[in-house]
Amino acid sequence: MNTSTKHDGPSATHKAPVATRDKPSADVVRGWLQEVPDPEIPVISVVDLGIIRHIEWQADTLVVHVTPTYSGCPATAEINADIETRLRREGIDKIRLQRQLSPAWRTAWISDEGRAKLLDYGISPPVEGTGACGLGRPETTVCCPRCRSIDTENVSQFGSTPCKAAYRCNACLEPFDYFKCI
Amino acid sequence: MSSSNQTHSESGASPFEFLLQMGDNCLILAHRNSQWCGHGPALEEDIAIANISLDLIGQTQLWLGLAGEVEGAGRSADDLAYLRDAFDFRNLLLVERPNGDFGLTLMRQFLFDAWHLPMLKGLQQSTDQRVAEIAEKSVREVAYHLERSSDLIVRLGDGSEQSHQRMQSALDELWSYTGEMLDFDDLSPTLVSQGMVPQAQGIAEAFNQHVSETLQQATLTQPASEFVRRGGKTGIHSEHLGYVLAEMQFLQRAYPGATW
Ligand SMILES: [Zn+2]
Repeated sequence: MNTSTKHDGPSATHKAPVATRDKPSADVVRGWLQEVPDPEIPVISVVDLGIIRHIEWQADTLVVHVTPTYSGCPATAEINADIETRLRREGIDKIRLQRQLSPAWRTAWISDEGRAKLLDYGISPPVEGTGACGLGRPETTVCCPRCRSIDTENVSQFGSTPCKAAYRCNACLEPFDYFKCI
Repeated sequence: MSSSNQTHSESGASPFEFLLQMGDNCLILAHRNSQWCGHGPALEEDIAIANISLDLIGQTQLWLGLAGEVEGAGRSADDLAYLRDAFDFRNLLLVERPNGDFGLTLMRQFLFDAWHLPMLKGLQQSTDQRVAEIAEKSVREVAYHLERSSDLIVRLGDGSEQSHQRMQSALDELWSYTGEMLDFDDLSPTLVSQGMVPQAQGIAEAFNQHVSETLQQATLTQPASEFVRRGGKTGIHSEHLGYVLAEMQFLQRAYPGATW
């Protein structure tokens, strides 16, 4: 996290309370949230992940609609706390994080930038259009993040977290995580 | 149980009790699966089963959260999970069956998934928007559960002589518990007639078709017996549920209100 002096306790009075200045636009807020990393995959932000669905002002309260990735994702509470901390740093004190279930999160909402960062980090990004239909083992062509070979095989449909599958590269023999399409 | 449900008790399960059924199935199966954590036969399977538990616990929070809201007595998802006794649980008998060997655990998961996926697909059309949203959220996760369990049933059923024999005996042991999933006779008829819950028939057909195709591929023989064991959905459980709850609820019972 960026350690600016903005949250150095009570002496940080250089920012007026939000009610007395213009309410920052949704785009500005989105820009701040672009700097909030996903706790489990810190190279991508909550905006890259596509979980920030809507940002709006309701009277003097900033409402951020956040959708969970997987319903049991243990990072959900931490993500909310990180978003709130980031907004408070900008002097916003009336914040409401609204859980939005529908439409359900899908990997298609991960930004192109986010996909590039995933691959760079060693996680093969989701191949869209290959979500599970519940019928047997998928035949998805997945690229090895290390050597970029597509000669890879699925080891298990569940990797280190529910959102990933475990793969192995037959070219460089490296095991890797694949971010499943959902 | 709260007296607010008594008006429904004569004519079948209330919306509250139906939501408990959905949540309790996820919760008890997740707990059973979590007992494998660190004991799986292979690292990948150990991780997979723990992650499936995580999905199911997430879904439990959604279903029991809504159940508490519908009941209107101020009970949270946690209250419902940790502070009810066995007779107030509404899960299927299938999901409280002991783990047995890994084959039995997998077969239990497969039979449940094969019902859970079409059930959630049906519930996506629920006239209750909140139910439809939870189903929409869960259905993509459960498609992966069924994909994995179907794949493993085929590989182990059509595997070695020993794996085949274990999968067949798991199927024979669990088959009589599947019937309880396939009719909604325990529900108040208005739940189906008003469209909160889909027709049972379509779900039973989807279950039967997927199960018979998968078992055929797995070279396993579907048991001929039509005997059905019931009770879980109306709160009449086997002795096994008590042991699950004793372990799962211990901390909240011993240290009421404890938090992280
Ligand atoms: Zn490689």
